[in-house]
Amino acid sequence: MRRAMNIRPGGGARVLLALMPFLLLALVYVFGSAERRAANPNDKLLPPISEMADTTARMATEPDRRSGEIVLVSDTVASLQRLALGLGLATLIGLTLGVALGVLPAANAMGGPLVAVISMIPPMAILPILFIVFGLGEMSKVVLIVIGVAPPIVRDIAMTVQAIPVEQLVKAQTLGASTWTTVLRVALPQALPRLIETVRLQIGPAFLFLIAAEAIAADSGLGYRIFLVRRYLAMDVILPYVAWITLLAFLMDFALAKLARGAFPWAYVGERR
Amino acid sequence: MLRRFIAALALSAAALAAPAEAAPKKSFDIAWTIYVGWMPWPYAADSGIVKKWADKYGIDIKVTQINDYVESINQYTAGKFDGVTLTNMDALTIPAAGGVDTTALIVGDFSNGNDGVVSKTAKTVAELKGQSINLVELSVSHYLLARALDGAGLAEKDVKVVNTSDADMVAAFKAPDTTTVVTWNPLLAEVKAEPGANAVFDSSKIPGEIIDLLGVNTETLKDNPDFGKALAGIWYETLALVADPGAKGKEAREAMAKQSGTDLAGFEAQLAATKLFAKPADAVAFATSPDIMKTMDLVRTFSFDHGLLGDGAKSKDVVGIGFAGDKTLGDAANVKLRFDPTFMQMAADGRL
Repeated sequence: MRRAMNIRPGGGARVLLALMPFLLLALVYVFGSAERRAANPNDKLLPPISEMADTTARMATEPDRRSGEIVLVSDTVASLQRLALGLGLATLIGLTLGVALGVLPAANAMGGPLVAVISMIPPMAILPILFIVFGLGEMSKVVLIVIGVAPPIVRDIAMTVQAIPVEQLVKAQTLGASTWTTVLRVALPQALPRLIETVRLQIGPAFLFLIAAEAIAADSGLGYRIFLVRRYLAMDVILPYVAWITLLAFLMDFALAKLARGAFPWAYVGERR
Repeated sequence: MLRRFIAALALSAAALAAPAEAAPKKSFDIAWTIYVGWMPWPYAADSGIVKKWADKYGIDIKVTQINDYVESINQYTAGKFDGVTLTNMDALTIPAAGGVDTTALIVGDFSNGNDGVVSKTAKTVAELKGQSINLVELSVSHYLLARALDGAGLAEKDVKVVNTSDADMVAAFKAPDTTTVVTWNPLLAEVKAEPGANAVFDSSKIPGEIIDLLGVNTETLKDNPDFGKALAGIWYETLALVADPGAKGKEAREAMAKQSGTDLAGFEAQLAATKLFAKPADAVAFATSPDIMKTMDLVRTFSFDHGLLGDGAKSKDVVGIGFAGDKTLGDAANVKLRFDPTFMQMAADGRL
């Protein structure tokens, strides 16, 4: 008999297996929604899917009565801008600081403990300070994302670089490499695929900080909308927005995974399918 | 096998999601959040007044604190609580617009300066033109701002509204680029105390429009009138203590002050900005006056203009509001918010 660990589903079966839990969840939702609607035809908690589709269509095509903008588009643009800036800055900081801490023992002696301590500060706890220093505008939202996700990236990259076998560094030096050349030719190539993986893992936290920042003070954005309409329990807006955020995050994750495999195929040689 | 499994899952989800059954029951839950006009509830629970009245009617009443105001109303709307402390506007836009028939069992007070507009730059409402204003959007603060602007011949499009969490309002006001905020007490007192802060407008200029209620599920109340009687009994016995100038009253107010995170002086300052109906007869008079209909008409117009009655709402009449003497505003066939003075009247008549 074949062992369970050796049963590999084929193409069609794979798609089917992937879809099944989603369909199951959708079915549970539809039943729950119908049940509540039967008890109270105005129920807002679990709106039927048709109603959510109507609301989504309206938010994605019709200009808003008050602002004249297409809400879903303007919210998405505002949020993605903040997210891209925050995640981009955090990646840049993570790579430079991480490689520096990993390659230079002196830098590590000085900065290592600091980064370790900073990465333990819950960013949400210092929000009032961020507001007073950076104001309530775009800056404080981007800074919150950076403070939240840069430290784990720095630490991960530093650890990756430190894990490079010392023989490689010695070899590079015997071939005449300076510190800078070693960084460029030995450390950086090995850190980059790991960087993409780390950033992938930080997409979730970055969204969390983005939405938290938008919930606190904003006039547009995905998190802003969700927390605004929560005031009148408009789940027909909130649930599609949650699905949309999930889709955006999933697409970003997927794109980064493809990018990593395309750019650094050597790093994935041992990967099982 | 799989189909049976799905059916079972769906059934359990439905059971989880099903609203509270309105069958006769013995135990009831009400939720409260910190606000000067609602502090009598936790005090009543701690001092045994709740138990005393519940025992009298042979029921059990649990008084639960929720940290987040909107969440408490959402939980009530979802059927987790039988009653909740809330304002007239939120009663209309959250449970009533969500189809949960709600009765304003107790009209506790109205804000008489407890909500206000504070600015670092403007001294009058007219000077707010073109400014960016931080407030909790779609809350009574937003309503207050709309009324203030209206009075000065301005419209909401003349200012820029930035939604800001109430928890961070004080920090927000300290930020250098923030010029104006709209908020409520105790945050309002904090913000006003900042150097350079001007109080531009407050709710004492629109008296009786921001009303604090205890809303209860109408169906639950209809099936269990004893629940309503007990609540009215609890409320007015506690309010007599709040209004008591003697030592007993001071002790009660001190306990409430502590529970709301302030001291006696701070609590009494907030009380002074609140028109509390300590006597049930006053509450009945307010709840049956023609003014309350005018107020609710203003509130529902604001709510409709801001999309708070839902996207399907064709006009502000979609949710009916019932008043004493069978008067209604809006759709009489879809009355979901009721100002019913019955139980307050019973308290006034000493029939509890």
